[in-house]
Amino acid sequence: MSEQTITPAAPAAAPAPAPKRSVALPGFLSGSTLLRHLVLAVLAGVLLFLLTQQLDPFRNFQLATVAAYLCATAGLTLLVGMNGQLSLGHGALMAVGAYTVALAQNAFADKGITGNQVLPLSLALGVLVTMAAGAVIGLAAARLRGPYLAGVTLAVAVAVPAATVTFDETFNSEQGLSVAVEPPPLSLGLYFPNERWQAWVALTGALLTMLLLANLVRSRVGRNLRAVRDDEVAARLAGIHVGRTQVLAFVVSAASAGLGGGLMALLAQSVSPGAFSLTLSLFLLMAVVIGGLGSLSGAVWGAVLLVALPDLTHDSAQLVSLSPAVAQRLEGNLPLAVFGLTLIVVMIAAPGGVQGLLRRIGARVRRRAPAR
Amino acid sequence: MTADDVILQVKGLTAGYGAAPVLQEVDLTVRAGTIAAVLGANGAGKTTLLRTLSGLVRPSGGEIVYGGQPLRDVPVEQLVRRGMAHVPEGRGVVAELTVDENLRLGGLWRRDREDAAKALTEVYELFEPLAQRRRSAGHQLSGGERQMLALGRALVARPKLLLLDEPSLGLAPRVIAQIMALLRQLRDSTGLTVLLVEQNVRSALSVADEAVVMSLGRIVTATSADRLRDDEELRHAYLGF
Amino acid sequence: MDRFVFLTFDGLSKGAVLAAFALALVLIWRAARIVNFAQGAMAVAAAYAGYSVTSATGSYWLGFAAALVGGLLIGVVVERAVMRFVDHSSPLSEVIVALGLVLVVQAVLGMVYGNEFLPAGTPFSRNALSVGDVPLLSRYDLFVFGAVLLVLLGLALLFTRTSVGLRMRASAFAPEVSRLLGVNVGGMLTLGWALASAVGALAALLVIPTELGLHPHAMDLVFVSAFTAAVVGGLDSPPGAVVGGLTVGLILSYVSGYLGSDVTPMAVLVLLLAVLLVRPGGLFSSTVARQA
Repeated sequence: MSEQTITPAAPAAAPAPAPKRSVALPGFLSGSTLLRHLVLAVLAGVLLFLLTQQLDPFRNFQLATVAAYLCATAGLTLLVGMNGQLSLGHGALMAVGAYTVALAQNAFADKGITGNQVLPLSLALGVLVTMAAGAVIGLAAARLRGPYLAGVTLAVAVAVPAATVTFDETFNSEQGLSVAVEPPPLSLGLYFPNERWQAWVALTGALLTMLLLANLVRSRVGRNLRAVRDDEVAARLAGIHVGRTQVLAFVVSAASAGLGGGLMALLAQSVSPGAFSLTLSLFLLMAVVIGGLGSLSGAVWGAVLLVALPDLTHDSAQLVSLSPAVAQRLEGNLPLAVFGLTLIVVMIAAPGGVQGLLRRIGARVRRRAPAR
Repeated sequence: MTADDVILQVKGLTAGYGAAPVLQEVDLTVRAGTIAAVLGANGAGKTTLLRTLSGLVRPSGGEIVYGGQPLRDVPVEQLVRRGMAHVPEGRGVVAELTVDENLRLGGLWRRDREDAAKALTEVYELFEPLAQRRRSAGHQLSGGERQMLALGRALVARPKLLLLDEPSLGLAPRVIAQIMALLRQLRDSTGLTVLLVEQNVRSALSVADEAVVMSLGRIVTATSADRLRDDEELRHAYLGF
Repeated sequence: MDRFVFLTFDGLSKGAVLAAFALALVLIWRAARIVNFAQGAMAVAAAYAGYSVTSATGSYWLGFAAALVGGLLIGVVVERAVMRFVDHSSPLSEVIVALGLVLVVQAVLGMVYGNEFLPAGTPFSRNALSVGDVPLLSRYDLFVFGAVLLVLLGLALLFTRTSVGLRMRASAFAPEVSRLLGVNVGGMLTLGWALASAVGALAALLVIPTELGLHPHAMDLVFVSAFTAAVVGGLDSPPGAVVGGLTVGLILSYVSGYLGSDVTPMAVLVLLLAVLLVRPGGLFSSTVARQA
């Protein structure tokens, strides 16, 4: 992949803010990255809050799904785009998070523990357990390169769903588990739509993830990640502990994926190995590649695409009248084909992904502006 | 000098990577049946000149006329069929293949299987040590043996023009002298033309008919090898000794 | 003890298939320094082509031939139409593009044939022949051994005894020098992909009837196992791939026989990790292990 492919410049993490922006923002904001990200996150949060008020339940559920995917894609972008480690196993890591949250929620429900603290607690548990899993894989990954690492993570993606069958007393095999989820808090009103509540929970998780990752990317740790990606030897000479940096990237990435998986479990109110197959891992990878490797904004595009594209192909398949059997085959497989094809075309023709494309268009517009 | 005599004519050749050209407006004429030495310091563009001639580097300007025909967009693998053989920098012995396999590789493109086999036998006669090490892998050979193998592999193709990149590199003076003598012998017996890139000026001038000196991607002088060897002032100006 | 003997023979039969599939991976790795993650999907596609021909003609052997030819063609198309255009400066791009191919191929197969398991027939009985009271091998197992052995011998002859084989090896080891010597390196690369893809198709044909049947994902786990086998042997070494394949086949047969078949994927993961962490170059690599 050329240098160009993985330029580390996310708009939220541009090395030097454009002069215009620093004029537009109050002075204290351009000084502190943390503060600027915080303000952006709060702004995004307010906008999204207003959005959830307007959307119907189905769209709110989709928004929540985007948010859950975003946690995973943002984590994967950090790993692949900024640290140069390929993981085909992030679907499996999501499964770890999802099953942990499912087991935790059910355990709380069995013991009769209820209240507002239950949900954050089980999500935190999910993140912790996935972090541990990520650390194990990351330790191995730090010693592996390129296709070898891809092979190992592929094996993880295949092995984890199978483990649910081996330990079927805990995971209940192919059927999976249903997840006990409490209704929205009563303080919101008796008839508060559940989907809007789900969107709030998932969006909170996603915004938090983005905020933390954006700050990480801008920090010294983030610079180390990119230095290791660009040239391991040079990074080592510069005093960066390469192995430690790679494991750290894997752990952070796994934590994000675990949160995403946990949110998925809450949204679907069930977990099963089929939902976290190898195909999910490939979808995640595809999403970050198409969105644009190496930029957190690309992860947003990727997450949106993961929800929107199947929807679009579903709608377009319904435009032509087909026999039910054919329609059924198309519905499941058409998005896959479109995803795969897009992945190939993007890798060959536009390695910068959607975000790279937008950046190029933006640059062109800015260049033209003074001429007019 | 008639036009028939000229086997290679280079006009205004410019080539390079990105913005900085490594070759700038190179003009070069090589007559058939002569040995032409290309001299110059490290980074003068000698290797790039050879690589551009054999098509490994795309020229950004200028023209190469070989055997009376312009070489434009001729694929690398076709040139050997037209009688141009290139022994690259570092000799290009395939380390994983045996001596015999390396040599046979040089003649695989030939339709005339009989003559290809004959050429192979001739090479083994020419290089006794290779005949004794037919089954050894390329990486087991000494530097001198590798150079023999690389030369022999080029000769299996029965070339008209041999592009030779630093054959003396890393070899003992005695072996260098042998190789230079061999080049002279091939020129005299078969009419082989050699374009010899060398840093070892004395060895190159001992065998060359013509010489060009390159510096910073340009040809700074083109003269007869005798003159460059004997004219101390000229030698001093261009070669620094 | 009887069970052990049975599992051993069963493991060798599975191992033979894994060896062939691992060999296909090694072929492409040597030719292009690419681990072809799309090989499983490509092989399944060829097997589906064979299935169509068998269903239409009623002849297993016509379908068999069609699958092999289909494999060759798929290899050519994938190399010429896709892989040739991938930026090779980072191994990430190749892997990602191959995964894109996996999605496309599996989706197209799902659209054409559906996502249900289709029954795949065998030309010979799969009932084990017994020596004394101990069931050892079925006729089909013998067929598997024979077919894989034939392919191994054929490839060995091709690479060591023919001029095409010499050209292919030279192109893989030293592409630039080979071009200077008049070898059509691009053509050799395409041929390498075609051969590897056909060998992969053969492996798929042999293994699918012994599993649940034909399915777009039928080779997913086989791919991971064969990758492990290739890594055990060192990605560079064809004999290593064969030994690796047999080894992995045996281990997986014991694991699945004594612990249950659902443990197999985890066993593969553990095995792969163990080999990579202990001997990253593989157990049989002839040259210095290259970190890609």
